[in-house]
Amino acid sequence: MTAPLLQVEDLHVRFPISGGRLLGGGRRTLHAVNGISFSLAKGECLSIVGESGCGKSTTALSILGLQEPSEGAIRYRGQPLVGAGAPGRMKRAKVVQMVFQDPYASLNPRQTVRTALAAPLRLHGVTAASEIDARIEAVLKDVGLTPEQAGRYPHEFSGGQRQRIGIARALILEPEIVVLDEPVSALDVSIRAQIINLLLDLQEKRGLSYLMISHDLSVVEHMSDRVLVMFFGEIVEEGGWRAIFETPAHPYTRRLIAAIPDPDAALRLGRQTGSMDDFGRHAGYRFAFDGSSVPDIFTAPLPSALVEVAPGHRIRVARG
Amino acid sequence: MIAPLLDIRNLCLGVAAARSVHPLVKDLSFQIMPGEAYGLVGESGSGKSVTSLAVMGLLKKPLAVSGGEIKFKGENLLSLPKRAMRHLRGNRIAMIFQEPMTALNPLSTVGRQIAEMFVLHQGKGWNEASKLSVDALASVRVPNPDRRARNYPHQMSGGLRQRVMIAMALACNPDLLIADEPTTALDVTVQAEVLRLIKDLCKERGTAVLFISHDLGVIASVCQRVGVMYAGCLVEENDTRALFDDPRHDYTRGLLGALPRLGSRTQNNRQRLIDIDSIIADRSILTKTRFIAPRTLQEGRP
Repeated sequence: MTAPLLQVEDLHVRFPISGGRLLGGGRRTLHAVNGISFSLAKGECLSIVGESGCGKSTTALSILGLQEPSEGAIRYRGQPLVGAGAPGRMKRAKVVQMVFQDPYASLNPRQTVRTALAAPLRLHGVTAASEIDARIEAVLKDVGLTPEQAGRYPHEFSGGQRQRIGIARALILEPEIVVLDEPVSALDVSIRAQIINLLLDLQEKRGLSYLMISHDLSVVEHMSDRVLVMFFGEIVEEGGWRAIFETPAHPYTRRLIAAIPDPDAALRLGRQTGSMDDFGRHAGYRFAFDGSSVPDIFTAPLPSALVEVAPGHRIRVARG
Repeated sequence: MIAPLLDIRNLCLGVAAARSVHPLVKDLSFQIMPGEAYGLVGESGSGKSVTSLAVMGLLKKPLAVSGGEIKFKGENLLSLPKRAMRHLRGNRIAMIFQEPMTALNPLSTVGRQIAEMFVLHQGKGWNEASKLSVDALASVRVPNPDRRARNYPHQMSGGLRQRVMIAMALACNPDLLIADEPTTALDVTVQAEVLRLIKDLCKERGTAVLFISHDLGVIASVCQRVGVMYAGCLVEENDTRALFDDPRHDYTRGLLGALPRLGSRTQNNRQRLIDIDSIIADRSILTKTRFIAPRTLQEGRP
């Protein structure tokens, strides 16, 4: 059996929070990511969904090597991608790249598009001006911009065009994996549709694997092959898009889906919602879901395990 | 026939330049009945937010109204003296803003900020007002309202802050509540709670709502009637259900087709979404046609 393109095994990320006392007394640890395992296949779009603070962005940063995991392994084609024995930043950059949420904040206002796109090429040893130009031209065409626009600065572009530049920058080194962090949530409805179409076209054309982070479940349903639902640092449900959206098994997933303001559902009602009463039975955290408390993220969760309810469709239940 | 609560007629507003006016809202007319939830939907720059600011009398230079009228209970707000407008604002017409952190005063407790509404508009003393502010917090389902009233905005989560904004806006039982993208900054589950709260409270108190959003799903879950704005014009208006089931205007059709909708994916291969620009070659013709459907609502209730 060949190793999957990307494999994350038992990933933990903890942040020390100072307790305010001298000599480290009262120091607490925030468990941002708690034992996450998943794999990403070639050409697949895997989405991680969950609310703010559930650890989805921390997971992505770990894969990009921007956040050191406290425990666990991240492997690319069977070889470590971060941590001990991993290749350097330069090698990693050719494997995995990121498209950011806010196209206004993620582009340097003092760099022309050409400068922004040429820098990674130069750093990776492409020095011939003709080759740099050719590659910039090709990638701009791929994302629906014209080569003449390379000489412009970010402020000369609209939000949708900027996001196209962000995508071009992620693709210029021809990575196999692209992390999409809320790629369309900052965009208007009609522009959003164009960018979603572009991402799907590029994936097909270049055989890219996407790891998409989003809380917009209608976009997730539209784009994903598989979905991971995260809740306070843990995966509570995972499965194919059809399983997650048609037969969601975990009450948290049902709650998330029921919360989406969707015109059809809002007008026709009758969508099943999760009862939060049995949430405690499913989650690993001590937690009352009446708004009076949030999960205690400073202590380790109660023992729980992912149980398969259908082939490839697993949910988290309390153990013991 | 009941008189509309808010009656906007031929409103034009724009940015005043040296000798000309650059129009932002062109000949906009719509009515909101008492107790009705009316949604204005459109993309960035379509003029929906400036319209709401015009209703509140909060337009600042260089923005200015260049024509038309905004009638509230039969009175033209545009010709009202500043003092009278200040009396209406916050009292009879209240507003919830998009970003609760910037709309709340960081230096004052939330209880005091709500109490201020009772002191200013109802002439209550501070002691009584602060008791009322705790009740107001309880009515927006804030847990431990008496403790929360002593909190500063930074001590609260985004969802709680937005509840405080709603408590403040509804403190004086206004006739019209303007909500400008009230849930854009919130998580989906929190958004669902805040929307339900706005819907329930306004229904309970008979408050009319002007709900502004770019999110068609949010509009559909709150409003009975929807106006679609494009480039400063109202291009289509209809009862919510009719608009979503049978959009008549090309732009509305494009907008609905561009929306990834839950449950619309049926196969494993992914369909492309409709790209408005690919079906409408020339966007400038969009504002030439309009479709305004007659109301089928009775007294603002479906």
